[in-house]
Amino acid sequence: MTASVSAIGALWGIGVILVVLIVAFIIIYNGLVRLRVEVKNAWAQIDVQLKRRHDLIPNLVETVKGYAAHERGTLEEVIRARSQAVAATGVPERMKAEQQLSGALGRLMLLVEQYPDLKANQNFLALQEELTSTENKIGFARQFYNDTVMRYNTKIQTIPTNFVAAIGGFSQEAFFEVEEAAERQAPQVKF
Amino acid sequence: MWDAIRSNQRKSMALIILMGVLLVLLGFVIGMSVDPQIGGAYGAIAAVGIWMVMCFVALTGGDQILLMSSNAHQIEKRDAPQLYNIVEEMTIAAGLPKMPAVYIVDDHIPNAFAVGRKPEKAAVAVTTGLLKRLNRDELQGVVGHEIGHIRNLDVRFMTIASVMLGSIILISDIFVRSVFYGGRVRSSRSSRSRDSGGGQLQAILLIVALLMAILAPICARLLYLACSRRREYLADASSARLTRYPEGLASALEKISGRMLGALKVSRALAPLYIVNPLQGRSVFSLFSTHPPTEKRIQILRSMAGGAGFLDYEKAYAKVWGERKRCIGAETLQSEGERIPIRAPIADIGNRQDAVKQAQEVGDLLGRILNFLLIPCACGVRIKIPPEFNRPEIVCPRCGRKHPLSEAQKLTELTDSPTGDPVVFQGQRTGWKSVQCSCGKNIQISPKFSGNSIRCSQCGQEIQVISK
Repeated sequence: MTASVSAIGALWGIGVILVVLIVAFIIIYNGLVRLRVEVKNAWAQIDVQLKRRHDLIPNLVETVKGYAAHERGTLEEVIRARSQAVAATGVPERMKAEQQLSGALGRLMLLVEQYPDLKANQNFLALQEELTSTENKIGFARQFYNDTVMRYNTKIQTIPTNFVAAIGGFSQEAFFEVEEAAERQAPQVKF
Repeated sequence: MWDAIRSNQRKSMALIILMGVLLVLLGFVIGMSVDPQIGGAYGAIAAVGIWMVMCFVALTGGDQILLMSSNAHQIEKRDAPQLYNIVEEMTIAAGLPKMPAVYIVDDHIPNAFAVGRKPEKAAVAVTTGLLKRLNRDELQGVVGHEIGHIRNLDVRFMTIASVMLGSIILISDIFVRSVFYGGRVRSSRSSRSRDSGGGQLQAILLIVALLMAILAPICARLLYLACSRRREYLADASSARLTRYPEGLASALEKISGRMLGALKVSRALAPLYIVNPLQGRSVFSLFSTHPPTEKRIQILRSMAGGAGFLDYEKAYAKVWGERKRCIGAETLQSEGERIPIRAPIADIGNRQDAVKQAQEVGDLLGRILNFLLIPCACGVRIKIPPEFNRPEIVCPRCGRKHPLSEAQKLTELTDSPTGDPVVFQGQRTGWKSVQCSCGKNIQISPKFSGNSIRCSQCGQEIQVISK
């Protein structure tokens, strides 16, 4: 009699532990899925902003042409970099093309400094604001993406989430690195 | 990074709970003084009931009431593209689920505020005066601060807290008035005390209740204000983190606080929602202010030397307020793995810089004639000290760094007899620059530095700085 009671007790015990484990698994799994979706969304945001920049460039080139048509080399460079960026596929290749586009745009903007008439043009000013804002948005979206990826990667590597991640097939995501060395190095100041 | 805000939120939560305890206790004691047997429980329930009803009203209709009472109107992108873009940028940076609605208040006094109990249903409002006076970076700093409030759920939090404060004040007020003017409490008490025979106990309870009714509002207000100030610091830190450019918010605050001569028409209860306290001309720091002193906030932002992360803000906070003060919490700082570098400012109009330079040169010349001592501070300010000044040290008016005067004087005397070859640094002043002294020490020059020379802290040699 007592033996059967204890056996039932043990069965109950095992059952409770199993239920707790399953519930914990579901909660952790769902948390990981949510984070993975967040990473995807953050990446999509970068994508949206990069596309926006592509859309802005033809207009910008047209406006600059009206005042500085003989700066052919720089303008063509921007157009070429843009079409390369639009055509690029695969993350590393795209990053490279976008970096080149950023460089070309930077040179164009430096050049514009020499044309006071152009800088006073309302249309150009509006375009410049849009471009500045888009560049900012790309930067902020990248920052947010990296933050999210870091959270996700840390989760995947730490106990107990790592067990669930291994079973569920969650793998680490790559950071979006920038190649500009200047932006990476924080100046160290001592007073 | 935002998970990490939790530790700060937990502290704020503790403050809220403390206020709640105060509210329940107040209700309980007042109830007891009316009826010692069952009054306590009813009193406590009534107090919580009042708070809940007020909370419900504030949380469901508060946003619209605030926006309407401050005469704000919603704008689209074409009305103010730059402001709209900046709000969009900060939304992306903070990873908010939805972009807040953008409102403009027609008022020449520069200020801004955020409403919304949920990040999904938030709004940011700025005054036309703010839009007119701030450049892009500064506006970004202000919007970053407001988005920080939204992201940290400050609006909901402060609404709950302020309603709690309001309930405590209301209940105490009613009770004190009824004791002194009504006499109804007294009569009901004396009729009951004959039955229970505990007249003395009730007299004591009445005195305790009166004391509570007088002290509770004061305590609650102190708790509330401490909470509010903590939230302001956190929003500043968030702004620096989001924009990656603390100087933007710092110079915006400088501009705003300098122009706060006329106060906005704002009711006292709404004050914590604004970026600078709209009720005070020049904010004097006391236990009774909703915002930390603006000068200190500017100082902290300007002292963020190495980066724009929470860690850097915490360090700067400790530098300004004293080594052992903390405002964010260790948990946040640990979770911030990566260093957040400060970005470069967006190029400003060239002519303005030239004008500043000219004015500086004239000032220098005058100073030299009058035999003033010139101390270039690392933040870019050149402090001019008259020869009659005889204190041991001087505090930089902009960043608050202390400069010992005796050493500075010694150093100027040293300049007359230079030792070794002079090192000359030439470069554009667009970002941080690094110079190597002949003794091998690396010296960093701030982009705001505008002196003609710096001195190596290791060997004392002067390095000429020539800007292109």
